[in-house]
Amino acid sequence: MAGAEGDDSLYPIAVLIDELRNEDVQLRLNSIKKLSTIALALGVERTRTELLPFLTDTIYDEDEVLLALAEQLGSFTVLVGGPEFVHNLLPPLESLATVEETVVRDKAVESLRKISQEHSPVDLEVHFVPLVKRLASGDWFTSRTSACGLFSVCYPRVSSTVKAEIRQHFRTLCSDDTPMVRRAAASKLGEFAKVLELDYVKSDIIPLFTALASDEQDSVRLLAVEAGVSIATLLPQEDLEALVMPTLRQAAEDKSWRVRYMVADKFSELQKAVGPEITKTDLVPAFQNLLKDCEAEVRAAAANKVKVFCENLPEDSRETIIMTHILPCVKELVSDTNQHVKSALASVIMGLSTILGKDNTVEHLLPLFLVQLKDECPEVRLNIISNLDCVNEVIGIRQLSQSLLPAIVELAEDAKWRVRLAIIEYMPLLAGQLGVEFFDEKLNSLCMAWLIDHVFAIREAATCNLMKLVEKFGAEWAQNTIVPKVLGMANDSNYLHRMTTLFCINALSGVCGQEITTKHMLPVVLKMSTDQVANVRFNVARCLQKIGPVLDSSALQAEVKPVLEKLATDQDMDVKYFALEAISVLALA
Amino acid sequence: SALAMSSASTTPPSVDKVDGFSRKSVRKAKQKRSQSSSQFRSQGKPIELTPLPLLKDVSAQEQPELFLKKLQQCCAVFDFMDTLSDLKMKEYKRSTLNELVDYVTVSRGYLTEQAYPEVVKMVSYNIFRTLPPSDSNEFDPEEDEPTLEASWPHLQLVYEFFIRFLESQEFQPSIAKKYIDQKFVLQLLELFDSEDPRERDYLKTVLHRIYGKFLGLRAFIRKQINNIFLRFVYETEHFNGVAELLEILGSIINGFALPLKAEHKQFLVKVLIPLHTVRSLSLFHAQLAYCIVQFLEKDPALTEPVIRGLLKFWPKTCSQKEVMYLGELEEILDVIEPTQFVKIQEPLFKQISKCVSSPHFQVAERALYYWNNEYIMSLIEENSNVILPIMFTSLYRISKEHWNPAIVALVYNVLKAFMEMNSTLFDELTSTYKSDRQREKKKEKEREELWKRLEDLELKRSLQSDGIIPT
Repeated sequence: MAGAEGDDSLYPIAVLIDELRNEDVQLRLNSIKKLSTIALALGVERTRTELLPFLTDTIYDEDEVLLALAEQLGSFTVLVGGPEFVHNLLPPLESLATVEETVVRDKAVESLRKISQEHSPVDLEVHFVPLVKRLASGDWFTSRTSACGLFSVCYPRVSSTVKAEIRQHFRTLCSDDTPMVRRAAASKLGEFAKVLELDYVKSDIIPLFTALASDEQDSVRLLAVEAGVSIATLLPQEDLEALVMPTLRQAAEDKSWRVRYMVADKFSELQKAVGPEITKTDLVPAFQNLLKDCEAEVRAAAANKVKVFCENLPEDSRETIIMTHILPCVKELVSDTNQHVKSALASVIMGLSTILGKDNTVEHLLPLFLVQLKDECPEVRLNIISNLDCVNEVIGIRQLSQSLLPAIVELAEDAKWRVRLAIIEYMPLLAGQLGVEFFDEKLNSLCMAWLIDHVFAIREAATCNLMKLVEKFGAEWAQNTIVPKVLGMANDSNYLHRMTTLFCINALSGVCGQEITTKHMLPVVLKMSTDQVANVRFNVARCLQKIGPVLDSSALQAEVKPVLEKLATDQDMDVKYFALEAISVLALA
Repeated sequence: SALAMSSASTTPPSVDKVDGFSRKSVRKAKQKRSQSSSQFRSQGKPIELTPLPLLKDVSAQEQPELFLKKLQQCCAVFDFMDTLSDLKMKEYKRSTLNELVDYVTVSRGYLTEQAYPEVVKMVSYNIFRTLPPSDSNEFDPEEDEPTLEASWPHLQLVYEFFIRFLESQEFQPSIAKKYIDQKFVLQLLELFDSEDPRERDYLKTVLHRIYGKFLGLRAFIRKQINNIFLRFVYETEHFNGVAELLEILGSIINGFALPLKAEHKQFLVKVLIPLHTVRSLSLFHAQLAYCIVQFLEKDPALTEPVIRGLLKFWPKTCSQKEVMYLGELEEILDVIEPTQFVKIQEPLFKQISKCVSSPHFQVAERALYYWNNEYIMSLIEENSNVILPIMFTSLYRISKEHWNPAIVALVYNVLKAFMEMNSTLFDELTSTYKSDRQREKKKEKEREELWKRLEDLELKRSLQSDGIIPT
């Protein structure tokens, strides 16, 4: 509990308020962010009688300041004297809930929702509900928009008369003149339905849902879709068909692609909400239509859901439904004209193999994977490769390896460095699944080529990749295959490549162990300490610091120390700096 | 470039003559203009239209009937994304539309009462559609080429026809208002989001004509434009037709009667001013500034709320936008009345003083250009007692510190102008400059100490509440 009273001599309110009024926005913002400190200094009494009225009166500030204020007030209950006085926070928050800027308003609503829970049931009806009503009947759309988010937090805790009033207000807002308010109401419809008694859900919410779902503006209709899902979870199975399904069916065939997109996007939730029977009779054909929609956006959203939808189909008919209804659509999507659709499908299609089992996967899915692995769009191929583990569990990856290799090679050389980066990140996984022989034969040279890529991020990732490969295949493998090549680069004429050697040693010394590090790596590093390029020399110092712990003390004293001491007298200040740092970290002074 | 290592290892490292970075350009050549179209309506089977005789080939009595038939035929909508389908019929519809355009332009007595619903129906069937999703994920109108409407060969003629219809001497709004109603206008306004600038240009003319001819729809149109702007500012930041709508509004505002209604003032303060906050301001700033100035020329008393609004939303991090704001402010100052200027000069010049000392030289330069404006100069001169103290510190500091010599030169001129305007005050400010700075520093120190004390207090309290220090 905060102190009950502040000390006026130390912290006169005028000084504190001056801080909140400072001409510099940044300073004002800082002060507002420390509003709790100011309140603490003032004590609860004066916070209520002086600070809050001041804040309420001077609400016309920059939105950024208002945002900070709205946030602060949400956790101010203790600073005004606890739940008994929490309603003192309502006036400033009410003003904040009417400002134009959406971020500020949303934050004010969030804080109001938070402190509503700290009101006693009586205070809620005396102070909070009247505020909600005022907002709900405000002149400008902003206050009505804010009101939409406040109904559900008071409804469960008020008397039945007040409940009736709240329902009435909500109804009014659902048919508001401005689409902004209807959108706000539609987006809170589901949440409000959840706190209503079932009878009122049927008598009040359903008509509102139906009306919003056929609003003239598609931006309102699409929000009703989401509400529909929530409402469906609340109704008993036998009511769904009559009360919700006609509207949802209509939404799935809406003339606006945005609405259909929303249906596709919420399809898994919808499936859960309506249960297995309606899924079979209604959702399966609806899903087929969405997968064949004329707009690529909708197809892509539906394609994203293929796996989850199939997974959640009722078990008794899952395989039949997939094989006869879904798979034919999926086959068409594999050669869709739009790359986003193909890419969305590629990110989930592998997941079907676990559902369909080995035989179906080999017969029906494998050909699709192979087509996608040859797709012209790199994201499609990448998405297939990144999900190989699903297939590996079912049929083993070997079935794919012949097609996999060209796909990997092509991605490895893609013109976009982000694509190259993505495929590097899957290398350790692929190496594990394909085995060391396959790797050495087909992929090793790729991994080495990345080390001299012209983009640093790729060289860096390649270094890290080598480390992970050594973790998989062991130190002996490292010594025979990659260490010689890495060390060879120390003589490259390009200093960036020489530095790559050092970065690789940094990454590899730990996994390769003391013997390899001391015998093979250390001499190369030490030799590079005389490099002409200062960047190489200071990286030698950093590298020595890094591999020091792997070496034994005699190597440190006899070989590392003299070199670092020499570098510590280098003309270049960065080289000096890193050499001295290494000496101190390795305790060689 | 792969695997140059083997050969490299034989050559000893030498001083790097070239920078080790290779600069490969992987940027692709510019893509050709993309096309798209709403595909929801035109699916399935081929469309068959039975060719009709030309209007000029039938007798005058038969023409109205044939006109209606042709309108009905033109309700058929074709899929232009499929460039090979219905080629013959597409060509037939194109020539029919061309014929209709000529017909409504030249013919007299063609507009029977029965024709109105058919015209509106034909136009609605063709132009009203859900706009297709934007091709690029985040369409940036400043960077990306707009996606063009594929069905333009037909659409253009439909718009052309509709405009001729609305402009025709025989056109009677009293009959047409049964069909061109609120719902029609609402759908029309949504089309302003079209990515195709050609379509938006036609829409602008259409809406302008409708606003001009249908008095009963005016308030509704204004309200719906309000809603579009509010959604644009506070919800989506995306709407392609803002500039076009503002252009129409510019001429609407011009026609407002005086005194201005509260509704119009609210539109200025709650909609037009917040439009300045949008990221893509540059795309419609000229039209927006025009609207603002129109308002101020109608009612100078609005100057103060407008300038205060701009100051409230003044860009903090976007220099490009700051330059636009400064430009608009100069347009406003060009028409400001001296009595209004006095009301707003303090906050205004505090902002200008910040702009003048902006490290971004274009911002500083734009602000300093005000001193080249004779009218603004005369206002500054009249009020130099107030303005000079506000500007002095910044000017004095920049004259010593700004990195850009051109700015320093401009500042010298401004200082010189001030010196000539009010040499007594200027000398006074020069002599107190140092002590003022010291006083500021002292105040700053006191602030820091206050906050330190406050934080100590908080720390102490939280320890108490944790029960570590007994009270």
